[in-house]
Amino acid sequence: MASANRLPLGAMARMAWRNLWRNHRRTLIMLLAITVGVWAMIFMTALMRGMVDQMIEDGIDALPGLVQIHHPDYRDDPSVENSLEPPNQVLLQALESPPSTGWTTRIRVPAMISSERDSRGVTLLGVDPAGEIVLGFDPGSIVEGRFLEGTDDNGLVIGRKLLERLETDLGKRIVVMSQDTGNEIADRGFRIVGVYKGKLAALEENYIYAGRSTVQSLLKMDARVSEIAITGRNYRNADPLLRQVRTAAGGDLDVKAWTELDTYLGLMLGVMDGFVLVWVIVIFLALSFGLVNTLMMAVFERVREFGLMQALGMKPSAIRYQVLLESVLLLLLGLLAGNLLAVASILPIRDGIDLTVVAEGMEMMGVSSVLYPSLYLNDIVLANVVVVLLGILTSLLPAWRASQYRPVEAIAKT
Amino acid sequence: MLNLRLAWRNLWRQKRRTWLTATAMIFSNVLLVFMISLQFGSYDMMINNTLQAFSGHFQAQRAGYNDNPKLRLSIDAIGALAQDLRLRMPDTKIAARAAAFALASSDQRSFGIQVIGVQPEFEPGVSTLPGLVTKGAFLDDPGAAEIVIGSVMARNLKVGVGDEITLLGSGRDGSFAAGILTVRGIFNSGLPDMDRSFAEIPLKYFQEMFSMGDHGNTVAFSVSALDQVTPELNQAAQALKDHEDLLLLDWTRLHPGLKQAIQADLSSAWFMYGVLIVLVAFSVLNTQLMAVLERTKEFGVITALGIKPRKLAGLIMLETAMMAFIGLVIGLFLGWLVAAYFNTVGFSYPGMDEVAAKFNLPGKMYPSVTPFSMLLGPVVVFLFCLLASIYPALRLFRLQPVDAMRAA
Repeated sequence: MASANRLPLGAMARMAWRNLWRNHRRTLIMLLAITVGVWAMIFMTALMRGMVDQMIEDGIDALPGLVQIHHPDYRDDPSVENSLEPPNQVLLQALESPPSTGWTTRIRVPAMISSERDSRGVTLLGVDPAGEIVLGFDPGSIVEGRFLEGTDDNGLVIGRKLLERLETDLGKRIVVMSQDTGNEIADRGFRIVGVYKGKLAALEENYIYAGRSTVQSLLKMDARVSEIAITGRNYRNADPLLRQVRTAAGGDLDVKAWTELDTYLGLMLGVMDGFVLVWVIVIFLALSFGLVNTLMMAVFERVREFGLMQALGMKPSAIRYQVLLESVLLLLLGLLAGNLLAVASILPIRDGIDLTVVAEGMEMMGVSSVLYPSLYLNDIVLANVVVVLLGILTSLLPAWRASQYRPVEAIAKT
Repeated sequence: MLNLRLAWRNLWRQKRRTWLTATAMIFSNVLLVFMISLQFGSYDMMINNTLQAFSGHFQAQRAGYNDNPKLRLSIDAIGALAQDLRLRMPDTKIAARAAAFALASSDQRSFGIQVIGVQPEFEPGVSTLPGLVTKGAFLDDPGAAEIVIGSVMARNLKVGVGDEITLLGSGRDGSFAAGILTVRGIFNSGLPDMDRSFAEIPLKYFQEMFSMGDHGNTVAFSVSALDQVTPELNQAAQALKDHEDLLLLDWTRLHPGLKQAIQADLSSAWFMYGVLIVLVAFSVLNTQLMAVLERTKEFGVITALGIKPRKLAGLIMLETAMMAFIGLVIGLFLGWLVAAYFNTVGFSYPGMDEVAAKFNLPGKMYPSVTPFSMLLGPVVVFLFCLLASIYPALRLFRLQPVDAMRAA
């Protein structure tokens, strides 16, 4: 293609720009459609992303720990028998070095809690309070009393909801029963020293915290624990952490990342990526009909002009470029407005949208009731790239048509 | 009639444009028909599966029991009450129950579980659980020391059919409650929570063990179809009007999460549908505006001949309505084909099993093919297209015949 026959890009762009505004109503309507479409792509994606992110973060908070080590049978049968030794030297080194940012050990066994009023089945966690805080337990979630103070703390911290269910209070004594390593029922009175508020009501009702050494001696498990939990910086990519821990732990232990510990959560991450792509493409398809139509109309009403340009020596390829350029300008303008609108509508709600009205429904999906939109650069890029690429692709047809006229016939056309 | 022919011919003056616009409508109509019917189908299934698994469509309980299920909030002579209701409401399945927490122990293991006292002869009517017993059998002797447990619990307790389980709990009066029961059956509901921590024993045995006398906690009602809930609920309210301390709770109150999950899902879906519809409306707006602008000269002549702008505006609306109708019929037909196809073979996408299980759904979804679910989307699209043609039609009123005739 000899560039001598082509106008410089600047001149082409100026012509395209002027052509675009020859029928400003039509262009504005199309622009509006692209803007709304792009806004919807980004806005909706940010909301859905926000929901899933939160679901995953809450889910990881409930585990907690991005990677966990268990006895091979523990996940199927979470009893005190399926416990493990505290980490040895090799493992300890893996737990202490990056990408690990913290780790702790805990006992996690089913138990029964009874007040003088009622009894409930719960999960008893024997923890190291300092370690739990490193792993994400928020001391600010203690609404009454205090969190545990050490592994040998004699107190018990329970959820607000459970406290209500048991009709008991801070400072009162309750009995916790579980099974010890000798298959006997071990029970012990605890004083409730703290009440916490969980993000999800189901957690509040299920998890009770006691000191690790206290639980170990209650269940006669010496220094053994149920799980070792390790956390890292980036939950989206837990694989390096998983590899490091798995190598150090040896083959006898069950080492799993959160995506496998909670398959539902792991799956949601993938489903979400699929959803974003489908959503962006569906919106684009709805837009594309209007786009093709607008360009086609712009081409048809200028048949004479195209004929004249060709008669004056413009190559068909230059006419194709001309039409494509108009389309690209239109798309870019729409993208600009759409992106700006999306950011402008997300900024005011970045502190969260209160969804308390449907809180229990959200909880069913594993989401708490304040929704924080999360705007990812990836998603914005995806939406923009899809619109530009597919937009150019759909403009090829009108552009090709415009270049197919025979100059003489075209000029003769009224 | 003349108008109709005129509009029809005008529509086909620009074949490609008309088809492109109609295709935009067809595209969104097919999508809407399929998505909406899929949504409705999954909601019905979600509601029914959740309710039929255990709770029933509505329940009679003491006030406060739903928020705080205590053994003490009990209904006296519950067996007789259920029997009486059964006589009055022959079309509804009714069963009495009691519920408590207990520590279940086998030789090797102990777990806190939920124990439900059920009437073996009536329970299968209100719950699908008895039908899901995969090993052994469901309870049949109303007073026997027998228990039916979930599959995960059986595995965790390391017990099989015929083994013994000890239950420890506290009775209605706060006394110590204990019993030794034989495992009669093991069910596999597919719902992790139920399979892990749920057990059923005969109501009579429950009443003895937990010192309940003739008391129970809930009466569960199961109707034949979702639309029967309201009439049957009213009938039950009539029958229970002497029991002032009893409340009737329908499924929206027994499972508030279920209704809200549906609402949350609906609102995000409406947003998506709304965007789709608005985009189609823009497309129509553009097409019809062009159709008006390119005929300026023609309209100028016609108005000069004495035709009122109102008539011309009507013509434009009629053209739009015709185009939208084509989009509606074809979109509806194709959408129906897709929905009907998936209605027979079921729709699923990779990984849906795990997500679905969270909402008590099977791994496949079946779109609900009803006139409402089919028509809702296309009719709204049709209306929005008409709405979009108002602006082009209004422009005709501003037409100056002389200037218009001179237009290129």
